[in-house]
Amino acid sequence: MALPQRKPDIGPPHYEQFLPPLIKKNYGKWKYHEILDPGTMVHVAEGGDAIYTVRVASPRILATDTIREICEIADKYCGGYLRFTSRNNIEFLVSDKSKVEPLKKELKDKKYTIGGIGSRLSNVVHTQGWVHCHGAATDASGLVKAMMDELYEYFTTKELPNKVRLAVACCVNMCGAVHCSDIALVAVHTKVPPVDHERLGKICEIPTVIASCPTSAIRPDPAKKSVTINYDKCMYCGNCFTVCPAIDIKDPERDGVAIVVGGKVGSLRSDPKFSKLAIPFFYNEPPRWPKVVAAVKNILETYAKHAKKHERVGEWIERIGWEKFFKLTGIEFTFQHIDDFTFARETFRTSAAFKY
Amino acid sequence: MSGKYKTPLLDELEKGPWPSFVTEIKKAAKKSDMAEDSLGQLEYSFETKRGYWKHGGIVGVLGYGGGVIGRYSDLPDKFPGVKFFHTVRVNQPSGWFYTTKALREICDIWDKYGSGLTNIHGSTGDLVLLGTNTESLEALFAELSSRGWDLGGSGSAMRTPSCCVGPARCEWANYDTLDVIYNLTQEYQDELHRPAFPYKFKIKAAGCACDCVAAIARADLSIIGTWKGNIQIDQAEVKKYADSGMNIQAEIIDMCPTKCMSYDGKTLRIDNAECNRCMHCIAKMTKALKPGTERGATICIGSKAPIVVGSLLSWVIVPFIKVEPPYTELKDLIRKIIGYWDDNAKARERIGELIEAKGMRPFLEAIGVPPQPQQVKMPRKDPFFFFKEEDFEQVYTKDKY
Repeated sequence: MALPQRKPDIGPPHYEQFLPPLIKKNYGKWKYHEILDPGTMVHVAEGGDAIYTVRVASPRILATDTIREICEIADKYCGGYLRFTSRNNIEFLVSDKSKVEPLKKELKDKKYTIGGIGSRLSNVVHTQGWVHCHGAATDASGLVKAMMDELYEYFTTKELPNKVRLAVACCVNMCGAVHCSDIALVAVHTKVPPVDHERLGKICEIPTVIASCPTSAIRPDPAKKSVTINYDKCMYCGNCFTVCPAIDIKDPERDGVAIVVGGKVGSLRSDPKFSKLAIPFFYNEPPRWPKVVAAVKNILETYAKHAKKHERVGEWIERIGWEKFFKLTGIEFTFQHIDDFTFARETFRTSAAFKY
Repeated sequence: MSGKYKTPLLDELEKGPWPSFVTEIKKAAKKSDMAEDSLGQLEYSFETKRGYWKHGGIVGVLGYGGGVIGRYSDLPDKFPGVKFFHTVRVNQPSGWFYTTKALREICDIWDKYGSGLTNIHGSTGDLVLLGTNTESLEALFAELSSRGWDLGGSGSAMRTPSCCVGPARCEWANYDTLDVIYNLTQEYQDELHRPAFPYKFKIKAAGCACDCVAAIARADLSIIGTWKGNIQIDQAEVKKYADSGMNIQAEIIDMCPTKCMSYDGKTLRIDNAECNRCMHCIAKMTKALKPGTERGATICIGSKAPIVVGSLLSWVIVPFIKVEPPYTELKDLIRKIIGYWDDNAKARERIGELIEAKGMRPFLEAIGVPPQPQQVKMPRKDPFFFFKEEDFEQVYTKDKY
């Protein structure tokens, strides 16, 4: 069969054709919403129309056959409309109230995980990992699955002081929103990468490699038509590897996972915050990374126990102080916790008022 | 063809209640050799604790410089099905709304030309098709584009803009996030498909300060909805919250960052001149409180992940801008911003890093935005500052200083 005529530069399809009729009718006229249970909310329009949203977890990697199954359900209950959230949840949009409970029943029967709305965990934003990335220092999907199996109830039922946003990045490039998440995992390298001098001169641009280094650790090595890396300056960020495959930083024995905490993106109550280092390193322990999962659970449950209602993880920590955070969680404080990078001077304590 | 590989480690990740990505890969593997070999290679990664994808590789469709990420296995002899396993980024519709008809159409095309594996969605927002070979790309693109779909951005280019659910299903949208993002994406088709920038440039549009798309943290240009004027209060609904057990003093009044609210058990009062529009009270009392009626957005610039010299959150540059079709003011501003960056940045320098290196003043002058206290948390603390001759003519005139 002949191929159809290609149409470059048409841009995305117009969103309007994908909006359920009830949404189109009430576009921009929503009055309020209510969370009915951990997986259901209703949005009510000025004129009284109501649209129900049922939220379901997704592993983000979806086979086409799974998408077809989801479509069948959306056909049956939602007139053939659905959406996905910015955290990769599936949202079924129901215009007919009488279909909400039957939809939820079918989803439960088919083993879908309903939840993620309100003061609890939502889905985990994450990166490709070993599944599909050349630079990955861990597997993101594996970590997410292991972590969410353990924290499952915090998605489906249990309530937390506020929402808690989890994220996983498989290297410091952080294609996921790790740097501003409540609790997040980021895979790190811990060793100065070896330079393959034979290949470097042939496949890499030396000035680009030198310029890529944030700590000025890379110098030219004219004799070898290559570069050398200063062991005292390299912080293993891997940016040189991004521009030059001859500096292969991947190291199965010493790549691992760090945990960062306390970030957020909303402006509610306090300004958006970066996540800060809680635990610098765990060895990669596929398939289930039990120590990482236990550490995340400990932080989450310590927060759940001590935070005030509506406080995000970062707000709780700032109220009690970081020294108290380490005490309550029992996390060991190490040299890695003390910043020695770009913004270090802002992080040193300048007061004699602190807790033990 | 299923069952080619034993995957004891990955099988562990089919246990437990959370939906399993391994089950998804296995499902696709029943129909695709590519998906099956990706499963085999992934098991090998889990065994040996490292990834086996080659570094980059330039592939694409005719006339485009982006939208497809070249991906090749490091172990093509062992896993021939993933010798080529390219990623195709399909530009998502605003707000990630779909009809089942459209999704099925994409699934049918993808089963024909690729592995049957997807990411719904990728981190920047695209609908990502995971794993195809080089020969299939043109046919895949013809099938997709003839049905109304186009590729998203990759490389040193405008990246696929994205937005929150906005006025489609949210009462807090201060402007039409879906429409702005559709319009900006159409405006920048050339910059999106043909990388000619110093580095990537991301635009995200959030309808309010709750920022469900993480615009403040993940976009070079963050458009964040806000308003001017008084928060609208429905006192009868306030009473209902109180009657239903909400501790308004503890949960709302005491948590207000500017302490501009009070409640005497009957009436909720807001000193709107002191409110910083953080959204806490509105988000917690959705029936009782609504943003003011003069709506628009705050424009912030420069956020990014840690590479190279540390993560940045976006900085406020324009405190308030009207965001209304045809978006001329916003589009003009973005053109100036990108123009300045394109003229001045080094290769692989994001706009936030450029501003940090050159200073905020040259940037603000280039885009025609005056200095305003809303742009900073505090003024500088050390007495080192530049003066330009014109400052003495325009600001520090002898009659005033």
